[in-house]
Amino acid sequence: MSEIGYLRRKWLNRIMSALSSAAAGLAILVLALILGYTLAHGIAFLNLDFLTRAAGPVGEAGGGMRNEIFGTLILITLASILALPIGLMAGISMAEFASPKMAYAVRFVADILAGVPSIVVGVFAYAIVVRPMHSYSALSAGVALAIIMVPVVARTAEESLRLVPNSMREAALALGITRSRAVIGVIMPGAMTGIITGIMLAIARIAGETAPLIFTALGSQFGFQGLTKPIGALPLQIFRYASSPYPDWQQQAWAGAFLLILLVLGISILVRRLSNRRQS
Amino acid sequence: MKQNEPDKTLLGRVKVWAKRWTASQGRLSDKIFTNLTLVSALLIVAILVGFIVVLNIDAMPAIRKFGAAFIISSSWDPVKDSFGALPAIYGTLLSSAIGLLIAVPISLGSAIFLTEMAPSWMRGPVSFLIEMLAAIPSVIIGLWGLFVLVPFVRVHIESWLGSKLGFLPLFQGPPFGVGFLSAGIILAIMVIPIITAVSRDAVKAVPNEQREAMLALGATRWETIRQAVLPYCRSGLIGAVILGLGRALGETMAVTMVIGNNYALTASLFSPGSTIASKIADEFNEATGEVFIGSLVELALVLFAVTLLVNVFARLLVWRMTVVKAETE
Amino acid sequence: MEGKTSAIIQNMVSNDNEHRTEEGAAHLEGEKGILEVQNLSAWYGNTLAIKHIDMSIKSRAITAIIGPSGCGKSTLIRCLNRMHEVSHGGRVEGCVLLDGKDIYARDVDPVVIRRRIGMVFQKPAPFPTMSIFDNVAAGLRLTRLWSRRWELEDVVERGLRQAALWDEVKDKLNLSGSSLSGGQQQRLCIARALAVAPEIILLDEPCSALDPVATLKIEELMRNLVKEYTIIIVTHNMQQAARVSDMAAFMMMGEDRAGTLVEYGLTSQLFTNPKDKRTEDYITGRFG
Repeated sequence: MSEIGYLRRKWLNRIMSALSSAAAGLAILVLALILGYTLAHGIAFLNLDFLTRAAGPVGEAGGGMRNEIFGTLILITLASILALPIGLMAGISMAEFASPKMAYAVRFVADILAGVPSIVVGVFAYAIVVRPMHSYSALSAGVALAIIMVPVVARTAEESLRLVPNSMREAALALGITRSRAVIGVIMPGAMTGIITGIMLAIARIAGETAPLIFTALGSQFGFQGLTKPIGALPLQIFRYASSPYPDWQQQAWAGAFLLILLVLGISILVRRLSNRRQS
Repeated sequence: MKQNEPDKTLLGRVKVWAKRWTASQGRLSDKIFTNLTLVSALLIVAILVGFIVVLNIDAMPAIRKFGAAFIISSSWDPVKDSFGALPAIYGTLLSSAIGLLIAVPISLGSAIFLTEMAPSWMRGPVSFLIEMLAAIPSVIIGLWGLFVLVPFVRVHIESWLGSKLGFLPLFQGPPFGVGFLSAGIILAIMVIPIITAVSRDAVKAVPNEQREAMLALGATRWETIRQAVLPYCRSGLIGAVILGLGRALGETMAVTMVIGNNYALTASLFSPGSTIASKIADEFNEATGEVFIGSLVELALVLFAVTLLVNVFARLLVWRMTVVKAETE
Repeated sequence: MEGKTSAIIQNMVSNDNEHRTEEGAAHLEGEKGILEVQNLSAWYGNTLAIKHIDMSIKSRAITAIIGPSGCGKSTLIRCLNRMHEVSHGGRVEGCVLLDGKDIYARDVDPVVIRRRIGMVFQKPAPFPTMSIFDNVAAGLRLTRLWSRRWELEDVVERGLRQAALWDEVKDKLNLSGSSLSGGQQQRLCIARALAVAPEIILLDEPCSALDPVATLKIEELMRNLVKEYTIIIVTHNMQQAARVSDMAAFMMMGEDRAGTLVEYGLTSQLFTNPKDKRTEDYITGRFG
């Protein structure tokens, strides 16, 4: 074996090893940069005013995102009310009752639905809610966010239910209870951690969604005016303020981003903790 | 004891009747429940069908007016009611291509690092961190992109590229910062997590015997990866990239904030542009008139169709990889 | 040794074991080994798998490592070409001298060692994305960066002939490696290992996934290969060891659940007149 050939191979191995480490390092570096800047700018501009005051007039300093924070919470609640029953029931159907063929088909469709760009979901919600109502509304935004949530909830619920061992199902049925009672009373509790982490993941996802809100919720200068009126939301406001030419608004955008990241990453880390605990 | 004889007293009869009634109620509620779950599952299918139907209906005014010319026209004139999708389609494809070009080597490298090179204590945390990148909302990445990345690109990348390689039409024009290049970088950041995760699963699925057989021939670690591991999970890796493409095509907020909102076909990477998603996001609220709105909905329809095809194709590839894996075990 | 047990043993040590005459076999024990194992111990993480193994592997001989399951035979053989450290948590102490130099020395690259000491695994693992030709050529292509096809063709043919597979595949060299039967795949893996011209070939239970006909084919080709190569084979099949090997090493799991070398010597001697009672018990089937 030639000495030169061997050295070349050895060095190629080292270079490739270094490159792959560099690749992973680069990805983490980007994460650190994004989180770092958001943290730094956000903390600097986050103050009590921001949390407690409503948005100020255009261009003027002061004001906060109180209404938008509430708006996000309201929309999350609304979307969950719409999406959770449908998502959970669909997941139960796929895992417990449907024929294998049907379960496969629904699963496939759910995966496709999960891949639809959120702005297209917004256009759909506009067409079926905003247009007939002739008004932007919290309801339409809730519908849009619910459509995004449903596939996530359904698939994670299904997968969690599938993990419940068959022996549990058989034991439950041997007690003579009906299948639905068995599912609700025995199997679901067994899959509860997985189901809850799925719900939390879906919430973390929609908490940060902006595109579908642009022409459903629209945003509002005032606070909550009812489900049939426009409503502000945190990510939407971040978008509007960031795109504006006013430095004060841009600072508020950073503060809002900081808050939003806390919420989203907090949920994601919690989810990870829960699923790790479940596995060990 | 007369236990096997039916109790003919009134109380006995009532007891039997009550038992049967509760059982039938149980069966009834059972039926209701199972049917409800079925309805929910079908609702998911209905939503998807609804998408197809509603988007087509609302895009009809534009489809009827422009027909196939919509795809190849570059005009966007609300006054004259003349709209075309070409610059948006071009922008979507260009920014996604740049994004993938940057993301694929980084993702593949990270996946290889996570499965083959990294010491085992490092794998969990590094995986976790890369997944965190996926959890960051698009609007925040856009915010960071607008105020941190764009100035950096303008000052350090575009000026340098323009001075060194400015003879190429790709790098001509004033360095705005916002534009296709920044949009491409932002998209790369957004798709790296998903390509890495799926690639990592594909590489992990390669049986150890393959690695050991290659090593036993006197191969280095890299040679083992290149000759034995990567070819084995080829289809899974391609599936990962296509899934990333699907994600990139539909990405809205981060791209909208850094692409500069210019509706034209330009060769330069420095120039501002638009994607389908960014065009819809920018103009939907101001759109009036059936044709205007219809055009935007038609854009949405195009995006819907393309991402649907891409995602289905990717799922089939990735699914085939897991089936092959199961069959060889 | 008891008379009745010796009769059983005589049946196992077949009369076809003729590639070494009695005199040649006796001479073997005194030869210096091509591979000297000295005080070798190996761990998986914190679990000790084998301890204090001393062996001298003779050149151009077939050495069989036998013993009950779990006694560390595979671990031992994987230490001989530095494959043990590839396993999760694999760690080795002691020396293995190849031509007098310790393969575990700090400045030694395992890549070089594995070139000289090849290995065939229990489960046939041809590369499915490569053709039969490319499978055999795989190891070779690593070192010669501009391999001309006709150079490779010679080596590939030679490897396939030595593995007794040439006649069966010479017309379909372009087919995928996984299109062959189990026995053929294993011979393909042997051809692949031979193509890089190692000095020593390690076989880790090569026939345990194969049917008896394929097994006999491989045993036959081993007897041909030993004229040029040194062969070490791990097998749980005593009869196979008795049929095929010149030297035999009997391993057993000790009370601390670590494998030790109980007895090592000429096959004919180990099977007819074992020095250790444990060896005798194993061979006569009293356990394991």
